[in-house]
Amino acid sequence: MSVEPATVKRVAGLARIAITDAEAEKLAPELGNILGFIEQLGEVDTSGVEPMTAVIPNHLRLRDDVVTDGDVRDKVLANAPQGEHGFFTVPKVIE
Amino acid sequence: MSNLTDLGVAAIRDGVRGGEFSARDVADAFIDAVAAAKPLNAFLVETPDHALAAAKVADDARAAGETLKPLAGVPIGMKDLFCTRGVETTAASGILKGFVPQYESTVSGNLWNAGAGMLGKLNLDQFAMGSSNETSAFGNVISPWRRPGDTAPLAPGGSSGGSSAAIAARLCPAATGTDTGGSIRQPAAFVGITGIKPTYGRCSRYGVVAFASSLDQAGPMAHDVRDCAIMLEAMAGFDPKDATSLDLPVPAWEAGLNADLRGKRVGIPKEYRVDGMPAEIEALWQQGIDWLKDAGAEIVEVSLPHTKYALPAYYIIAPAEASSNLARYDGVRYGQRVLPDGAGLQDMYAATRAAGFGDEVKRRIMIGTYVLSAGFYDAYYTQAQKVRTLIARDFEQAFEQCDVLLTPTAPSAAFVLGEKSADPIAMYLNDVFTVPSSLAGLPAMSVPGGVDKDGLPLGLQVIGKPLDEQGVLNAGLALEQRAGFVARAEKWW
Repeated sequence: MSVEPATVKRVAGLARIAITDAEAEKLAPELGNILGFIEQLGEVDTSGVEPMTAVIPNHLRLRDDVVTDGDVRDKVLANAPQGEHGFFTVPKVIE
Repeated sequence: MSNLTDLGVAAIRDGVRGGEFSARDVADAFIDAVAAAKPLNAFLVETPDHALAAAKVADDARAAGETLKPLAGVPIGMKDLFCTRGVETTAASGILKGFVPQYESTVSGNLWNAGAGMLGKLNLDQFAMGSSNETSAFGNVISPWRRPGDTAPLAPGGSSGGSSAAIAARLCPAATGTDTGGSIRQPAAFVGITGIKPTYGRCSRYGVVAFASSLDQAGPMAHDVRDCAIMLEAMAGFDPKDATSLDLPVPAWEAGLNADLRGKRVGIPKEYRVDGMPAEIEALWQQGIDWLKDAGAEIVEVSLPHTKYALPAYYIIAPAEASSNLARYDGVRYGQRVLPDGAGLQDMYAATRAAGFGDEVKRRIMIGTYVLSAGFYDAYYTQAQKVRTLIARDFEQAFEQCDVLLTPTAPSAAFVLGEKSADPIAMYLNDVFTVPSSLAGLPAMSVPGGVDKDGLPLGLQVIGKPLDEQGVLNAGLALEQRAGFVARAEKWW
């Protein structure tokens, strides 16, 4: 399957990964090969087959609606690349 | 006294209990072995203090006449995919460099509660994506094995390659692994050790860095079947913190070990005779069949007709789940941040992820993003999940005729590092025998069966019914007793 560098750039944009034109050129045939490999699934007749949702039968559990966790602000922030005044900080998003 | 690092989990446990040696002696021996094995690059972080503290607890408990915990005195290696409180956890990715978890994964916590100590965090393929340990951001793990007269570095398998190399080199008696498509079994086969992936849901995924959540499952790697049973008993168990954890008691797998297979039927899936399979693998498989017959089992041929579609289904489902799971690495809450001059939030995300993720991780995220993108979702993802249903159904039908399945673990022995890294699909084909049972969530283990013409280990795989780890372990034990595998890597590091 052939994948255009423009498609690679679009997908990289969706995945929030910055790539250069040269990288897109290099990745295009690689992704094309992988997509070509997985396309053989199209030949399987799956009419009437349900897509799998749980590999081992299990039931979703409910628990009492009570607070069981919390008061860990400093732990949550401990690994933040940048944290100030008890918050995560990011570059300015509103002009 | 023989070298303490030659001992496995059961021998260490029993020796400490019986006072033949102290837990401190054991910890010291392994700590020294780890420190002296830098050329293997198996450990990302060494934690001798953790191992020594656990040893002290064991020795003090024995001195006080207390009953020792199940893993008292046993130091282990921890794959660096498990969050360990206060100890850097990176999943071998640059994007998590410096990440120090503030909490403990359930599986590692279970092991510490059982008395085990930690020798260190083991290298792996980045985010567990790989079959050769060449995608780690911190360098390849080198297998302790070599071909005769050849110093070319061999792959320890992947993704749990630090775990496999460390055990084979006697740097730890056992280690944790995780298996998404074969990441416990294939590396175990490559270095001549034993590893089991339990039924999906047996081991909690809480605190395990996520790759593909519907497939990821933790399991032990060790020298033999008994040691795997002991480790798995400690690791498994219901955990309310994981929505897919199975609320079932943990069986006494070690006590249940029994290599007498009379009355059991072993299925041989004919579709696993793939084109181009080396004659040595065929021969080993036949040998395994004969061994299980000798153990009393009846052999039946079974069919798993959708086997050839397992890999392509896996390479849709796993990257799709990965692209979703790895969206969390955004440079905001933890890990690395790259903020180009004057960049806004979106540019920061893209620059952070470009710099932090390795090539294979990016490749898989992009494949996943593509197959999940508008207009393609049904053709790829939904179709793959339907094929997954068919693959699981194949196994269900096969298990109407047999109790366990026997197959080779991998289509070849360990290859030279770099040999397959240029061709992603050649690398993916390594998992051709392990991926189908992962897609079906089944328990499966690899035990060493023999060696190839170069003296490199080859593994046999036993696949069982859901929740029948005991049947898998017992068939594994029958193989192990007959294989009498004693080959080991000659020390060069």
